[in-house]
Amino acid sequence: MSRADAAAAILWTGATLYALFGGADFGGGFWDLLAGFGEHKGAAPRARIQRSLTPVWEANHVWLIFILVVLWTAFPEAFGAIMTTLYVPIALAAFGIVLRGAGFAFRKSVQRLSYRRAMGAAFALSSVLTPFFMGTVVGAIAAGNVPADGNGDAFSSWIQPLPLLTGALFVLAGAYLAAVFLVADSARAGDKEMESWFATRALLAGVAAGAVAMLGLIALHGEARYVYDRLIVEGLPLVIVSILCGFGVLGVLLARRRRGLRPLAAGAVVAVIWGWGVAQFPYLLPTSLRIDQAAAPSATLDSVLVVFAIAAIVVLPALGLLYWLSQRELLGE
Amino acid sequence: MSNLLAARELMAFTLAFHIVLASLGVALPAMILTANWLGLKRDDADAMRLARRWSKAMAVTFAVGAVTGTVLSFEFGLLWPHFMARFGDAFGIAFAVEGIFFFTEAIFLAIYIYGWKRLGGWAHFWSGVPMVITGIGGAFSVVTANSWMNTPQGFTLDAAGKVVETEPFKVLFNPAWVYEVPHMILAAYMVVGFLVASIYAVGMLRGRRDRLHRLGLLIPLTIACVATPIQLFVGDTAAREVAEHQPAKFAGIECIQESGPEQTEYIGGICTSDGVKASIPIPYLDSFLVGFSKNTEVTGLNDIPADERPPANTLLHLAFDAMVGIGSALLLLGLWLAWSWWRKRDIPRSVWFLRAVAVSGAGAILALWFGWIVTEVGRQPWIVQGYMRTSEAVTGAQGIWFAFAAVLVLYTGLGVGAVLVLRAMSRRWRAEGEGDESETPYAPAEATR
Repeated sequence: MSRADAAAAILWTGATLYALFGGADFGGGFWDLLAGFGEHKGAAPRARIQRSLTPVWEANHVWLIFILVVLWTAFPEAFGAIMTTLYVPIALAAFGIVLRGAGFAFRKSVQRLSYRRAMGAAFALSSVLTPFFMGTVVGAIAAGNVPADGNGDAFSSWIQPLPLLTGALFVLAGAYLAAVFLVADSARAGDKEMESWFATRALLAGVAAGAVAMLGLIALHGEARYVYDRLIVEGLPLVIVSILCGFGVLGVLLARRRRGLRPLAAGAVVAVIWGWGVAQFPYLLPTSLRIDQAAAPSATLDSVLVVFAIAAIVVLPALGLLYWLSQRELLGE
Repeated sequence: MSNLLAARELMAFTLAFHIVLASLGVALPAMILTANWLGLKRDDADAMRLARRWSKAMAVTFAVGAVTGTVLSFEFGLLWPHFMARFGDAFGIAFAVEGIFFFTEAIFLAIYIYGWKRLGGWAHFWSGVPMVITGIGGAFSVVTANSWMNTPQGFTLDAAGKVVETEPFKVLFNPAWVYEVPHMILAAYMVVGFLVASIYAVGMLRGRRDRLHRLGLLIPLTIACVATPIQLFVGDTAAREVAEHQPAKFAGIECIQESGPEQTEYIGGICTSDGVKASIPIPYLDSFLVGFSKNTEVTGLNDIPADERPPANTLLHLAFDAMVGIGSALLLLGLWLAWSWWRKRDIPRSVWFLRAVAVSGAGAILALWFGWIVTEVGRQPWIVQGYMRTSEAVTGAQGIWFAFAAVLVLYTGLGVGAVLVLRAMSRRWRAEGEGDESETPYAPAEATR
């Protein structure tokens, strides 16, 4: 594997971790939005979501920074091309990030119900819109709508079936992961009611995400033929893994079991992300910019690899500690 | 032109907003841990309560800082795509390093802030120590990226101007990092120290003269007052280095029109092409400050090509003077405190001392902003000194003014929201008194010992 490919693998690893953890945090906001609007309705799931998200969402958010930094350092031209083409959805996602973070942080610190509602609405709505716009960016890249030298069309590059479906898939995949994680969190807290509340929703979100993924495949066939062709050949094992994991989750949920739920759900999402990577390979921007063409000079790539190695030694154990403390309910407000 | 101006103003506004929150992320952990350490060591309930309250406030400011920092990362690409596309492979290295620090800080900050209830006293204290180290490391990496823009090195360009080779250590340890990085870290400690102290000074002026307020004033104020003289020394060194590395910026700061020795130092005033009007001139002082002799040659704007001179000379000059002026006033405030402490082991009695502390936080923030105006406006028209103009870096995307308007609305809400939330928290703490730690957000029932 060349240095450039290794840097691309790091980029994809960051994207995977962001999708799993950051995606689930957005999904928490999705369920917060749909938890009900009455005075007391929705209070229980919202409290559960808040407890689960509070200690970890900022750390999870850093994966996004990680992706941006690796992209602009290791593949600066691709970064420039993406930013000069897809600036509309990217700017909207950035707005969403601000609203979500602030809404979430402020909501639990204000007392008056009307303020809490306003903050909660900002948090929940932007938790849906932000991953949607991020998904349109990914879909537009896969569809080959970002030319290597940038300045692609600001609107028609992402207002197309494939990018829009990818956006919807991002939202639903996050909701699905969140529901599965929250089933486990509720079970551990011994909250039967919330456990089944989230289990139902995990099931629904899983089915919906699967359906949108199928539609996406059709759109991929139409709009991103290169990616489609590789996905159903080189990427096929990963597609099968994803489908098996997805059905596995459905089976476990329907059997009212909990074992293996989280790894299976994560597996379904991870397989899709790596399937996408395999399908794009060797392009960073299909089919105008290859990974090796976009790559920074080798000393810069080495720095990215070294930084990633240090991160693996320093950050991952610390992150593990945070999750461990959080899962054992040793962290709380 | 309009796009360039809009992009610069948007960048400046979002940076100015973020830099205050970033300073809190860099320096507030040290204040909190000092209080926490005092609380544990001396079994001091007041110090412990301060540490807990500040950490709850930090939960809010860190959240806002994390998202406004993310906006800046996006803006690098959204506003300056050609800069990133061309120099991302050099400029980005510092940010890759920053990633490790920021990640580690975010993790331990979460453990510390949410660990009050269940973690043991000292274990909890130590879980906070990485925040201090990573805060400083993060400041190093971000500021060294900026100092690279001022004194770029560690890359080779081909004929087309594309970076074909990089030397990461030369990028990270470019000439300007030595003075820019400590200058910013000290600035962060000053801003946070004076800011937190000013909040307690206001409380004391309103008659809340309990031990909690005294301690809440003294801990951050002491740290800030220790940082201030070091800062003036570092800043003075920095100015000399700028005179050497970026003569155009220095000439702009000091309104030097003609190169030569025996340069006059102008305090205040308006810069015009035939000299400085309405200022206090001090003959020879500028040459003396640059080279410790009145015969020191200083480059004037006449030796800088017209299209490479920094714009807005008067703004640059006044921003610099205001920064130095505020820094000097804060030094006097520190001396006042030191004198009083030396004579009677107490803060000065005078109500004017509290009034001065009460405005010191705002003053320190202004000085921080002025300093960044000097760095950034002084580097113009370059985004990478000598290599790329800001006008070459800017996006061609439409609607930057519109985005600026939207950001203005959003950030106004963000700022007002953050202040209201913090004030509400403080009101609640006061109302609940001793039992304040049970009902409030982030509140532990009590710290386990």
